This record gives sequence, C-alpha cells and structure tokens, in this order.
Amino acid sequence: MKFSGVLFTTKEDAAKVSPVAPDFFTDLNLDQVVNAITAGREEYDLKPFFYTPLKDLDAVAYRHEIMRDLENDMVFGCIERFSGKFSKMRAHLDQVRKLHYKYQKEAGLLAAIEIYCEAVNTLAEELTESGLKSRGLLAFGEYISGYAQSEDFTALLAETENLKHDLSTIRYCVLIGSNRARIRRNAYCIEVSKYEAEIDYSIQVEETFAKFKEGAVKDYRAEFPEWLEMNHVEAGILNLVAGLHPDIFATLDSYCHQHMNYLDKTLSDFDREIQFYIAYLVYTARFKQAGLKFCYPELSDSNKEVHSEEGFDIALAGKLLAEGSLVVCNDFYLRDIERVLVVSGPNQGGKTTFARTFGQLHYLANLGCPVPGRKAGLFLYDKLFTHFEREENIQNLSGKLQDDLDRIHYILSRVTPHSIIIMNEIFTSTTLKDAVFLSKQIMGKIVQLGLLCVCVTFIDEMATFSDSTVSMVSSVVPYNTALRSFKIVRRPADGLAYAISIAEKYRLTYEYLKERIES
Amino acid sequence: MKALLMYRDQDFDLQLKSSAAQDAMVKDLELNTLVNAMALGDEFIFMVCKQAVLSSLHDTDTILYRQNVLKDCLKNPAIVKDIYNIAVEAINEEKKHFWGLLSKSPDSILSRSIKVLQMFVEKLNRLRNVADQHAGKFCSEGFTAFFTMLRKELDDDYLASVKVHLKELKFRGGVLISADLGTGNKGINYVLRKPNSPFRKRGCLWWLFGVEPPDYAYYISDRDDAGFRAIGELKNRGINTVANALAQSAEHILGFFHMLRSELAFYLGCLNLHRQLEQKGEPMCFPQPMAAGTRNHLFEGLYDVCLALIIKERTVGNDLYAEKKDLVIITGANQGGKSTFLRSMGLSQLMMQCGMFVPASSFRASVCHGLFTHYKREEDATMNSGKLDEELSRMNDIVSDLKTGSLVLFNESFAATNEREGSEIARQIICALIEKGIRVFYVTHLYEFASSWHDRHMENVLFLRAERQADGRRTFKMVAGEPLQTSFGQDIYSKIFGADCS
Repeated sequence: MKFSGVLFTTKEDAAKVSPVAPDFFTDLNLDQVVNAITAGREEYDLKPFFYTPLKDLDAVAYRHEIMRDLENDMVFGCIERFSGKFSKMRAHLDQVRKLHYKYQKEAGLLAAIEIYCEAVNTLAEELTESGLKSRGLLAFGEYISGYAQSEDFTALLAETENLKHDLSTIRYCVLIGSNRARIRRNAYCIEVSKYEAEIDYSIQVEETFAKFKEGAVKDYRAEFPEWLEMNHVEAGILNLVAGLHPDIFATLDSYCHQHMNYLDKTLSDFDREIQFYIAYLVYTARFKQAGLKFCYPELSDSNKEVHSEEGFDIALAGKLLAEGSLVVCNDFYLRDIERVLVVSGPNQGGKTTFARTFGQLHYLANLGCPVPGRKAGLFLYDKLFTHFEREENIQNLSGKLQDDLDRIHYILSRVTPHSIIIMNEIFTSTTLKDAVFLSKQIMGKIVQLGLLCVCVTFIDEMATFSDSTVSMVSSVVPYNTALRSFKIVRRPADGLAYAISIAEKYRLTYEYLKERIES
Repeated sequence: MKALLMYRDQDFDLQLKSSAAQDAMVKDLELNTLVNAMALGDEFIFMVCKQAVLSSLHDTDTILYRQNVLKDCLKNPAIVKDIYNIAVEAINEEKKHFWGLLSKSPDSILSRSIKVLQMFVEKLNRLRNVADQHAGKFCSEGFTAFFTMLRKELDDDYLASVKVHLKELKFRGGVLISADLGTGNKGINYVLRKPNSPFRKRGCLWWLFGVEPPDYAYYISDRDDAGFRAIGELKNRGINTVANALAQSAEHILGFFHMLRSELAFYLGCLNLHRQLEQKGEPMCFPQPMAAGTRNHLFEGLYDVCLALIIKERTVGNDLYAEKKDLVIITGANQGGKSTFLRSMGLSQLMMQCGMFVPASSFRASVCHGLFTHYKREEDATMNSGKLDEELSRMNDIVSDLKTGSLVLFNESFAATNEREGSEIARQIICALIEKGIRVFYVTHLYEFASSWHDRHMENVLFLRAERQADGRRTFKMVAGEPLQTSFGQDIYSKIFGADCS
C-alpha cells in the first residue's frame, strides 16, 4: 500500500484541510474542546485537522484503526518518545537560525542531526516489535524501516557520531590577566592554549579550608546566564580553539554543508499528523480516569436511527472535572421514523448541554475519533448547522426576530437530506403566539426534509408536532443539589412536574420548611 | 573547628525559645537581677547568660563538665579574658569588610574573602600562641581539648599553607581556566587550573628576552566595554568555586569566633557574679548534681542570690534535708521568708543545671526536667472568678510542657477562690502531678489543702514552716513543721507559740 499519511487515505483529501473553524464551533463549545486538545502542542498546528471532518466511512475506519493501535501503551510510548526527540531537534534548529557565529551554528546543526538519527532508529526498531494492526501505521512502519536502512541515512549517522566524539575530546585553557595581557598598545589580550593536565586548583583550595566547615552556610556561588548565544569574546576564543584543532573543525564545516537539508519530508509530516491522535488520547485520558466512558461509534451514512448511551458534553465535563464536580451522562435514541428530538423542561436543567452533546458526538464521530459514551451509533452527515441564541448585535439594525429568521432561512436554504440541525431556544424575542406559529412553520420544513434535528424549546406543543418528533424533558434531581447538570429523559412534556421539583431542589416544600424551621 | 566549652560534643545554642511559662518564671524568680549581676552592663554577656541559665542541662555529666571549665576560669581569669578579646576583635574587624558583601560577583567576593581570611589567620595565630604559652595552666577537660584542638588544627605548616593560598588567589600571574566544548560549541565545565610551572611554556625566557607575544591570543580594544565585561564573566566562571569556598570558610571561621565568644561570655558572666558575692563574703559552692529520679534536695546555708545582690546585709541561709520527697509544702506566717526560700530553691536549681556554682555552703540536689513556676499574680485587679480563670489558664499552659522529672514551684496558687474550692483544685492538680512523677514545692496558706496532705502521712511529702520566734520576730528560716490553721485566732496561736504573738 502506498503511504499517504496517517490522517487521510488519499493525498487529495489531505490537501483539503480547512484552516478555519466551522460556523457552529462556538455554539457547540467545540472551540473550547479543540483548544484544550491542542493546548501545549501549538508547534504542530493541529487545529486545521480538527476543523476538517471526514466525508466517507472508509476514511473514518482508517482513523479508528490507528487510534486503536495507539491505545496500545507500547505503540503510544514509542510515538511519544519519537515526538519528544523531534521536538528537541526543532528547538535546536530554531536556535541555529538565531545564532550568529559559524561554529556555533554548525554545532547546533550537528546536535539536531544527532537527535534526528536517534529518533529515526529507535522508532523504526520499536514499531516493528509493537504489534501494529492499522493500515496506516503498518505502512508507515514499512516506510521508516526502509529509510533507516538506506545508505544515505546510515552514512549520516556514522559521520555524526565521529564528529561528536572528536569535538568532545577538545579541552582548552584560557589565561586572563597574564604578564602578556598588555603586550599590545590599546588592547588587552587573553591567551588560549591546549589543556595540558593542569591540576584543578579549586579542589586544592577547598581541601585546605575544609577543616573550618561547620554546619550549613550561605551559598556564595554566582549564577551565570546559560543562554546559548555567544558574545564576541567567546566567539573569538572558539575561533582560536578551532585553530588549535584545525582537522576537526574542517570536518565540521564540510559535514554541515553537505547535510543542511537532512530532514525527510514524510517523517516530519508523520511527526505532525500523529499528534492528532496523541493529543486526542491524552485529552480523553483525564475523562476516562474519572470513570467516564469513550467508545468507537458505529457510523452510517444512510441509517438515521442514531443512539448514544452515557454520552456527555465534553467541554462541560472538562470544566466540572477541574472543579471536582460530578458529570451527569445522558442517553438518547431515535427509532424508525423518529428524526427530531424536542427538548423542553426547566431552565438550568441541562437542555442546552444535551443539545451540545448531540452535536459534539456527531462532530467528533465525523472526525474519526472515539466519542463520549459507553456505546454510540451515529450518522455521517454532510453538513451540520446550529442555531443558538445570539446576543443582539448593534450593527445588525434589524430586530432580533428578523435576525433569527434570517439565520433559519440561511440554514434551510443550504441543508440536504444528510444534514443535521441543532436549534436552541429560537424565537424567544416575540410573543408566545408568534413563537408557536413560527416554530411550527420551521418544524414543518424540517420534518418534511426528514432531517436529523435537536430542538430545544420552551414551547410544549412542539414535542407532539408529528410522529417523527420525540419529546425529551429535563428533570431536576430532587435530593441531590450537588448535581449541577441533569438528566434529560424521554418523557412527554407536561409543564407541571418541574414546578415541584424546583421547589424541592431549593428545599422550600411544605415538609422541608416544617423540618427546617425550628419551633 | 568547635570551641566545645559548654558541651563536650555540641555547640551552645543561642536561639532563645521564649514561652509564656518561661517569661513567668523569669519574673517569679527575679532572674534578671541575677543575670544583670553577671553581665555588669554588657548586653551580649546578658543575652548569653540568660540563655544559659534558662536552657537547663539534664545530665549531671555535662554539668560537671561546665563546672570544671568554670573552675579553670576562676584560676585564670586574665587568660580567659584574653581569649575572649581575640574573638571579639575578630568579629568586629570582620564587620569592617562589609562592602564586599554588597556585590554578588565572584571577583569581589573572592577579594573580600581573602582580606577577611588574612585577618582571621592573624587572630587564629594569636589563639595558637595563647594555647602554646598557657595550656599547662588549665586542667579541665573542656579547656584541654580546646587548646589541643588549636595546636593540632592550626600548626605552623597549616597556617603557612593557608597564607600561600591566600596570596596565590590574588592571581598575580593571571587566572588560568580550562573549558570543554558544550552545546553549540559554547564553553562548559569551567575549571580553575593551577599553571604547571610558574612560567608557562616559553614564559621562562621572558626574564631574558622580554615579553614575547603569545601564539593564540584574542585581543580586545581598550574601548570595548562589552568585551571587558565578557572577560570579567569568563573569569568569574573560573573562580566561582574558589570564591565560594573562601567566602564559606570565612563564614565558618567567623562562626567559630562567634561560638567562642558566646561560650566564654557565659564563663565571664560567672566570674563577674563570683567576684561580687566573694566581696560580700557570701558562701558559694559547686553543687553535686544527682540524677533526676533520686528526688533529693539536701543543702546547707542556701540563700537567695538575688536578695544578696540587692541588700547590704548578709543573707540568712536555710538548710534542708529532703530525701526522696515528691512534695514539699511550705506554710507559715506572712513575711516569714517563704517566698524568698522558694525563690532561692528555684534559682539554685537553675544555677546548678547550667553548670554554675550555687549560693550555699553545700548543695546536693536532683536535676529536674524543666523548672516551672506558678505564682499568685497580685496585680490582677479583676474579680475573683476572673483571677482563678487566669490562674488555671496559666496552669494549662504549664501542664502542656510538663513531663516526668519536672519541678514545679507553686506560690500561693489557686487561692483566688474560697478555701474549699481552692484546696480541692490544688489537691486534684497536685495529686495528678506527683503521681506522674513531677516534683512540687508549694507555698500555701490553704490550710485545708495542706492539712489534707498532712493527714495522709505520706513518706514522700515534707512539711516546712516559716519560723517565727516567741517574740514574734521572723528568723527567715524554714523549719520542719505541720501546717497551722492560723485563722483559729490568737488563743490557739499563743498556745503553740507562746504568749507574745503580736
């Protein structure tokens, strides 16, 4: 199989990566999720990969295979070590760009290549022993072992090691303030020579004064800045040291000239692309540690009977875990001709969270990633639209209702039967009667197109709009006020049940009050 | 190097751990009067002596160690004062080199350290000379070890080699530094090197043919300030370790002088006190400390040293023979010398346990693990209940520090309520204390409390009474005697004491 990277099955797909986030990203809090996933990995520029959902089932399977391989600790470990080395190597190359003096730049390049060789050899060796199963990583493994055995690479390795060794044998002496320091007028001279086994004077002095040692005293040693740049005096000394060892430094010159462009493009692409998986696995590990589940969803591009068990809003869960709070998971399913989930119920009952969860699950599934939940069957959509309440925009001179309708119109004019719409509290800025009328109009179109849809609304009538709509209601856990996000259950909307439960939540019922108020 | 004149094997700790209980004891025992007499206006001696008196020794061995050192001091006061002065001079002269401390650069740290160390070497040399001349006049283990240490550690060869190093570290012939190539071919592992010969390479010809230019040299122009800074840094990297070693050594030697000064300050304080009491003709003796478990207090002619320092007359001495006693209850008339007696007990205990002589003609006593005082506070003008509250709160503080072997001096404690309640509180407390192996001296007017102990006829309880002569005069002597319920009035009083009892 021809290796075309670990993210895409074809070079053509790889070229279609989107540099900007989809419109719905902020509505679904996916911007927070992607920020969290890519945090600390800015050097890889991973966001475009997370902005680009896949379009066919095989591409999704390709990623699932690789992700499963990486869930093997052995595979994960060797990739992490490889990435660490490449990262260090790049740091060296960055330094080289900033440095001024020739021998310093050359040393930087040598160090970078040394790390590179080690990274390549180790990974080639480790990958063959780690029991890979995915098409992507198997093809890559083949590529890298071929590369590691190539003549060019083995020669590079040998040269690097020799040079490194030669340089490490150099030791020199600098004499400051000798009787010849003023040998020239208007100049001060420091002398450089080869080290000739002169003894360490510090040790002698320390030994002489050792007998006074008594208890701990202040450390008088000065800290010196350890930046890599040289000043001109150091550079001058280095040039003299090069003069003392002309052979070694001549070899260094030609080595650098020859190996300026040592980095293999396929390897550097791999280093970046594999981070997509690593970042995601590292990100999800914290949730798994807290007992939350992730699963590889069954994906279909035709069957709309979607379902999920123990799914959760990954952005909210991240926040809750950081606070040490509990995360509440939710289930949903659609059967037969059911297409629309209508969510109603008390405020702050987790309705919006539920809608986001639905959207996030689908988006992450379409990226080829495992999704929150114990089990999931999801739909490979072509487009996803969200309509969340926006703050009124002063520049938008038309009213809020007009704005709402404009956006709905924009969406409905672009949907296909394979699209998903998520609507959250639309038409709140008009009378109830108008809102009911408008909602019914819009819902009519959605149902007619057979679109997968989540609709969060305060209008109970929407729940029984047609056979394809399913009513889900947010409920409040009466006795546990510690739960901050609540269950959304499949239940008819009745508009009454929750008045009591809110009163219970705040412990203001008759029984509660009788208990609480002391007689 | 350690002075080791206070302990055989450890330094004298000058960190005063102050506590409310200790402050109370200082006040109750008038300890500052004693320490002032030792210090004679010298703040430092005051501080050291107070610390020494308050940090009691618990092992008889170290007490005797100090007694012997003190005996040597009493024999050779001038020499001891000499040694003390050397330490003081070293400390004061070191302070004059403060400017070097302002910079953190190894260069200035090194040059300051060299100057300080040269001064220290001179002082150490003088100490050595004192040891050479006078060691024979001292026979205590402490001084013998101290002089032996000086002569061994600071022999002529060693002092000479130190002087050579201090001279070489001025780097008249330049600083030679080796380095390896590190990351980015930058120099690493800077190490100060000693040139293989005084004149490297063809340098020896320099004498004959004048200076020859070096083969490999880097020249920086005199106007190149950045270049000179870079050279300065390079040099500092090279001398960093030796600068640190020298600065630390200076600090260590300074620490030695500080310790020597502190430890001798205690003995100078003892000499001061001894001289004053001697001039008054008051008796003094070196006490015989006994192990804590022995529960003894056997002395003759014990007087209150603080009172002796204040009044012109000779003080009255008390004798006591308390063998295996856990509780001593002292009763008797007011102004009969009970408080003075209790204070003399406390002061002599502290003096013994810091290694001093005691104000008595003879003294043998068990050491205690912590001395505590619980005195009635007269100045509290609060209501009775508030005052009892305050007393119990102080008792609570003390109890948290008590352990087996402690000694507690009570002076009219728990009398801030009616006699019955006060007696009951006191009884419960004292019972618990002595059962826990804590010894108690209790001055009290609480008849019920005192007589309840008397009725029990316990062997480990001793009763003392302030003596009052038939003519009503106080002798300020404590004599053995059961508690009296003086409140019965003049009849019973006169029956026992005779007719004249005004």
